[in-house]
Amino acid sequence: MSSLSQALWVLLLGSLLGLELIGKVPPTLHTPLMSGANAISGITVLASITLITKADGNPALLILGSVSLGFALFNVIGGFLVTDRMLAMFSRKKSGGGR
Amino acid sequence: MNLLDLFGYLIDLLAVLLLALGLKGLSNVRSARSANGLAALAMGLAVIGLLLQEQPSLTGWLWIAVGTAVGGLLGLITARRVPMTAMPETVALFNGCGGMASLLVAMAVALYDSGEADLVAKVSIVISVFVGAITFTGSIAAMGKLQGWLGTPSWTQSSVRHGVNIALAIAALVSAIYLPADPTGSPLWLLLVASSLLGIGVTLPIGGADMPVVISLLNSYSGVAAAAAGFVVGSQLLIVAGAMVGAAGLILTQVMCTGMNRSLVSVLFGGALGGSAHVGGGGDEAGYTRIVSCSAEECAMALETAERVVFVPGYGLAVAQAQHALRELSKLLEAKGAEVSYAIHPVAGRMPGHMNVLLAEADVPYEQLLEMETINPEFPRTDVVIVLGANDVVNPDAKNDPQSPLYGMPVLEVDQARQVFVVKRSMGAGYAGIKNALFELPQTAMVFGDAKAVLQQLCSEVRSAG
Repeated sequence: MSSLSQALWVLLLGSLLGLELIGKVPPTLHTPLMSGANAISGITVLASITLITKADGNPALLILGSVSLGFALFNVIGGFLVTDRMLAMFSRKKSGGGR
Repeated sequence: MNLLDLFGYLIDLLAVLLLALGLKGLSNVRSARSANGLAALAMGLAVIGLLLQEQPSLTGWLWIAVGTAVGGLLGLITARRVPMTAMPETVALFNGCGGMASLLVAMAVALYDSGEADLVAKVSIVISVFVGAITFTGSIAAMGKLQGWLGTPSWTQSSVRHGVNIALAIAALVSAIYLPADPTGSPLWLLLVASSLLGIGVTLPIGGADMPVVISLLNSYSGVAAAAAGFVVGSQLLIVAGAMVGAAGLILTQVMCTGMNRSLVSVLFGGALGGSAHVGGGGDEAGYTRIVSCSAEECAMALETAERVVFVPGYGLAVAQAQHALRELSKLLEAKGAEVSYAIHPVAGRMPGHMNVLLAEADVPYEQLLEMETINPEFPRTDVVIVLGANDVVNPDAKNDPQSPLYGMPVLEVDQARQVFVVKRSMGAGYAGIKNALFELPQTAMVFGDAKAVLQQLCSEVRSAG
């Protein structure tokens, strides 16, 4: 049971952290922030990999793990890249005065 | 615990720290881009840390490589190819896939690996399936609506939908209660089907204008789904990151609702704004009596003598892909000595901040994008305002008419300016389907046409005059 209470503490503190981190966001950044946070939620890749490594040769687990890894990585890679594409447009404005 | 394990734990801790710093940095313009990179680095570290601890077998590596190659490649291509105007539906798509991943993990564990599962694991599986399925189908429905693939069926605007959704929710609840007794049997599948349908049933009735809020909320759900998946496989890193995104997504949703003067409850349960009577009625000239329309030449003449010009870009501008033509026009006007700025309503575009991204893409200097609080006091000394494909965010009724459904929503006070031109394709109603009192004001003239075509015409007029 100690691992459960540990996990619940982690859940609680993680939630509080999330509430605190996003305090004041300028509207400019709402879309990139949503997209970036969305990429982070693809952290399910970890669960997918765990599933595969713990599969112990069970083909159903291997396949489901691999498919879910694909979905999660689509979320992660796509999410971070698209966020970067959006944010690159803002930062170019600040430094690229000479263009 | 051997040295490798210890190393893995330390990497995990570092990953959490970097994820938190990344999320924090994303809320500041200066640090946002590096913060995004930091979060991506953290994700990479977390994966490396996990691989160090788990040490997959050769078969394991093979399956990991397959999933990585397919998902990564598709993500890469999508992120590169997708146009900036389609950002809301792209985020919805990515988000749905995140939910799907959590759902699959939970299903896999429930069906094939529940041998030693205790009650906690079973409850986690229930939550993960429920939230994951809602996230997936809800996000895909949201994407379909934004793309125009899905409409708003009329039954969803009546109270029937509450009945349907409540029935689905009850079905999900009942199956959740019976699931621990029969972990691989029918309750699991009933739960899956009911949650999937519930995701669609909740999203489908919501009007296009409110869709960003829904996507943000679903983004929060996908965090919850990830945290639940963390309980299923026993990964603290997953729990902490999922909880972080879930909570941050809620805050962001709240911020967006405030910007649109909508409460989350009315977005989720109120149906499309404007009520069923207006829905589907594409809108024509009915209701407007004193509309003055003018040609692009007349508009150009007014622009040539103006000293201070404010553009109000809206979603129509994005649809017409006219942001580059707009930038061109403002360069011409600046060359003539006019002071040009852009008034950005918090919900301009289809998502808060979407318009800033689109204008940044067209090389508009960041300093010229003024937020509502900054620009509103400036309108009385503005000569010409050009409204491009924006409608509800410039409706003066939101301030003046307590009867208006928009009443109380913060708007750009363009009615204070000396002259207002509204570029619009037709007299069709806005997203909300509400009459706009601005169009009938004596200082307002309508320029009918596609935003891009009108802007290009204005450019050539201004150029030939100078």
